[in-house]
Amino acid sequence: MPLFGKGKALPAHDSSAAGGPADFLTTRLDTMVAWARSNSLWPLPFATACCGIEFMSVVSSHYDLSRFGAEVVRFSPRQADLLIVAGTVVDKLGPTLRKIYDQMPEPKWVISMGVCASSGGFYRAYHVTQGIDEIVPVDVYVPGCPPTPEQLMYGILELQRKIRAGEKSRDRRSAASGEGSRFVWSPGERTAPPGKPS
Amino acid sequence: MVAGRENGAARKTLLSTVEAPPRALSPAAERLRARFDGSPLGDRVEVRDLDLPTVEVAPDDWPAVARFLRDDPECRYDLFIDLAGVDNAKRPGRPTRFEAVFHLHSVTRDEHVRAKVLLPDGAEPRLPSVVEVWPAANWFEREAYDLFGFDFPGHPNQRRLLCHDAFVGHALRKDYSPGQRWFFAEEDLRMPAWAMDTEEKAGHFETQTISIGPSHPATHGIVHLVARLNGERITRAETQIGYMHRCFEKMSETHTWNQVIPYCDRLNYVSAMINGVGYVRTVEKMLGVEIPDRGRLARTILSEFSRIMDHCVNIGTNLVDIGGLTNFWYLYQPRESIYGLLEACCGARLTVSYVRVGGLAIDVPEDFVARSRALLESIPKFVDDVERLVTRNRIVRNRLGGTGVVSKEQAIAWGFTGPMLRASGVAYDVRRSRPYDFYDRFDWDVPIATDGDNFARYLVRIEEIRQSLKIIRQALDGLPEGPVIGKVPRLLRPAAGETYHAIESPKGEIGFFIVSDGSARPYRLKIRAPSRWTATPASSATLRIARKSSTSITVPPACPLVFSRQTRSTISTSYGSSGSRAART
Repeated sequence: MPLFGKGKALPAHDSSAAGGPADFLTTRLDTMVAWARSNSLWPLPFATACCGIEFMSVVSSHYDLSRFGAEVVRFSPRQADLLIVAGTVVDKLGPTLRKIYDQMPEPKWVISMGVCASSGGFYRAYHVTQGIDEIVPVDVYVPGCPPTPEQLMYGILELQRKIRAGEKSRDRRSAASGEGSRFVWSPGERTAPPGKPS
Repeated sequence: MVAGRENGAARKTLLSTVEAPPRALSPAAERLRARFDGSPLGDRVEVRDLDLPTVEVAPDDWPAVARFLRDDPECRYDLFIDLAGVDNAKRPGRPTRFEAVFHLHSVTRDEHVRAKVLLPDGAEPRLPSVVEVWPAANWFEREAYDLFGFDFPGHPNQRRLLCHDAFVGHALRKDYSPGQRWFFAEEDLRMPAWAMDTEEKAGHFETQTISIGPSHPATHGIVHLVARLNGERITRAETQIGYMHRCFEKMSETHTWNQVIPYCDRLNYVSAMINGVGYVRTVEKMLGVEIPDRGRLARTILSEFSRIMDHCVNIGTNLVDIGGLTNFWYLYQPRESIYGLLEACCGARLTVSYVRVGGLAIDVPEDFVARSRALLESIPKFVDDVERLVTRNRIVRNRLGGTGVVSKEQAIAWGFTGPMLRASGVAYDVRRSRPYDFYDRFDWDVPIATDGDNFARYLVRIEEIRQSLKIIRQALDGLPEGPVIGKVPRLLRPAAGETYHAIESPKGEIGFFIVSDGSARPYRLKIRAPSRWTATPASSATLRIARKSSTSITVPPACPLVFSRQTRSTISTSYGSSGSRAART
């Protein structure tokens, strides 16, 4: 029966009673680390389009993402552990996104903000990546075009829940096989032309 | 109503241009015809009268005609607006398969003209480059090469502009499948040749080539600037774009006229409303639809609020880049309250999809006027506070003043419009020169500044916020009761023909060139993006972005800001010297 965990109140600290129950707690190190990590996410906004504007709303004073401990926006991938892909990713940008993801130190998580990043959205088109999970593994998909600030916050809370629970979709995807990342294709497997190019 | 009559006339014109029999020309086209007749080019061009005076020309004659259009004292079409390719493969009855359609504007005469180059069948589509005539044509021609495969002999840097370098085929041709993608990997990325060789010699010891972007804290939006630096100065640079090419034009060809509206919202998502207004106005012009006054004024009010939002973001992000984060957060508060108003109207904050052909989707809420008036009360305080913090701030003055200077001539040559052009001293505002909706009845000014630097652009934007507030106040006073959408058929089928219509977006002239073949979908839709072209100079010339010397700290003299009531009569006032607002004409 852990003393520390979801729904458990920590024992009150009583300084007069030395050696009392408040001077220690028992938990697993993993749980403690995950709790700390989940409440100090440093996001890197890979803001490409409309969703980037809504992301700006989320971090600005009205919605104030710092209430959830995820407001330290870093533009260098080496200082961030949460990649928020906000907006459409086109094929030309794919290698850049992958490079940024690879530059982030472990542990790292990815939120796909909006339908374009999640599935290409209503751009079923010749230059638009049909979901960033072609390129990087995604932990939380946030729907919406663009999602409202509340939706993104809910997505971040969901991610925090996943981190505390120790889940990671990336483990399943990238560890088992190279599937999911189109960057493991060999050059011979490129899309064949649709007949003779005009 | 006046505009209604115009629309009717436009429709008649369009209907009659399908077969295009020779008819009496409009005065503007007649004048153009007369000019050409008096020149050696007279028998080589065809002047038609569509919704704009139109010159038709063969590719071989195009450079001479282009020079004539720019230099002739009665033409002077010096501002390059747009180049649209058209593929007529599925539009029978046209003389050739490919057409290159140019739109030009004359700053001195305040007029548009269209030039059509008909590319003969049987050979590769090819027409001479006119980059030497209009430097702004550079990226337009690369775009046409990319999406249509037009070849431009004489172009200094003809390679793909939007699609990635491993792309095969030309996406906007009618035989290209809309969903066909091509694999692109990092090794396919092509950098400019000059960026590959290092330039190390005495006196250049600090030279280095860096890539700014595509993901960079200072790129608001994704743009890739390859720059060679000598100390703080950029000695050579080339801008690469296309990192946000979402195939809007191809998508609009696969959707019905009304389904295109949500795509328009995502063109410039900082002020989504205005793009939609521009698109539906073009379709309304083709259909000859009458818009009720209430719908029209409500559109105007929300458009001007969107303009304020857009300027807030522009000013805020500019100040973030020079270290003033406070203003960015502060200016987000009026944005949030405007979002609240938009959400009350249509349910969405950012991408509103609120306009429809003929008016608005639903009526504005009951408390619309009260809420708007409350915003009118609250916004000036934010603008004043930001101005108090910024306008006389010597750090800002030093960072913005004298940097990124674009002269009037350069701004015209590079095809600038909007605040960028007005900050260089040209009073061109579509709302003033070709008034739409009720802009000719409102009392408002076109602010222009003459210094052409970053600080002048800041001043113009701040003043445009105040002018927008003024317009909104008058529009609210005149907002009548009644319907917000006119009588529009459920299935839209504009008559076959082509039309160009532009409105003033916060970033400049946003134009829609639409070709209809009479079906339920646009045959070809070309958007004239307002601000993409302002990045061209970094490609073609060395633009000083950093100040030459950061050691001398002197506050530059007060930047003159000029108001133009009529487009051509300007009165200069000194701005900001005493803290009082400038006197207006």
